Amino acid sequence: MRTNGRTLIIMPAWNESAVIGGTIQELRASWPEMDLLVVDDGSADGTADIARDAGAMVLRLPYNLGVGGAMRAGYKFALRHGYGRAIQVDADGQHDPVGIGLVLDGLEHSDISIGARFAEVGTYEVRGPRRWAMKVLAMVLSRIARTRLTDVTSGFRAANSRAIEQYSRYYPAEYLGDTLDSLIMAARSGLTVQQVAVRMRPRQGGTPSNNPARSAIYLFRSMFALLIALTRRRTVREG
Amino acid sequence: MTTGTLLFFLVAAGVAVIIFRLLRSGRLREKYAGLWILVGTSIVALVIWPQMLESITGWLGVQVPSNLLFFLAIFLLLGVSLHLSLEISKLEDETRILAEEVAILRLEAEDRGGTGGSSQELNGA
Repeated sequence: MRTNGRTLIIMPAWNESAVIGGTIQELRASWPEMDLLVVDDGSADGTADIARDAGAMVLRLPYNLGVGGAMRAGYKFALRHGYGRAIQVDADGQHDPVGIGLVLDGLEHSDISIGARFAEVGTYEVRGPRRWAMKVLAMVLSRIARTRLTDVTSGFRAANSRAIEQYSRYYPAEYLGDTLDSLIMAARSGLTVQQVAVRMRPRQGGTPSNNPARSAIYLFRSMFALLIALTRRRTVREG
Repeated sequence: MTTGTLLFFLVAAGVAVIIFRLLRSGRLREKYAGLWILVGTSIVALVIWPQMLESITGWLGVQVPSNLLFFLAIFLLLGVSLHLSLEISKLEDETRILAEEVAILRLEAEDRGGTGGSSQELNGA
């Protein structure tokens, strides 16, 4: 009973063999009716085989393209196979399966739905330059998208067929292009954006960096990426 | 013709010959070769008629001929490196599209051939 309302879960993965099996099993148990596509971004540790054994479809990129590259490949796949909705989920299990339902529900009122970490649910603490950068980014993007956004770099986002079409054409592989630039261009092309509060779990491997120097670099690079994205010519939507 | 002039003439002529041979063997695409042949021949021309540089310097109101030469050379190299950056960006975009296509085709081919047995079957367009 596959209709045009089919939903695809897209999971970009790069050397996630330690965690991806558990994440896939949990997702398939929670959402058996959805198709799960792992985009293996040129991993060297057998991520693709583990994902396939765990029951996911695996798109193997021949070499590492970065998150943006992996996501565009995933959205292209979704477009060609006629999925009506797609949701992007991290391989490291920090996106709670319960949140998938909430983020997808956001698509009833908008083309893109973002699961936001800061929206007073769950705990996620960031300080220093990184926090300032996030505030500025959130402010600017809220104005562009004409809705209140607080966590624009969240990788937990869902797209309807209009947004899948936009993303499959424009999803840059550059630094922060996968989150910021793609969102700015989508909003400027007339797609509507909405934010949904979700709970984030701590990552199973690695910790988000709070090193001040790194945060400062993040601040500059994100502002630069923002500036470029804002001055870019908008993509033309057909139909 | 002084020894110095002869040396420069040989260097310039050598560069022109190398470019021509690269072009003939197909290792250098014509769109880049045109520029380099132009550069090569103008160097040869300047070696043979150094007065030409002086008269151009005079028309443009530049004080020292060598300054004009350096200015033009730097400007040219800047343009060439910018052009190469653009070409690389374009190539990266193109290889990225190819990588995506290959990955999608591979998944579809594996699914059709039944090798490895993915537990979800593809369906749709």
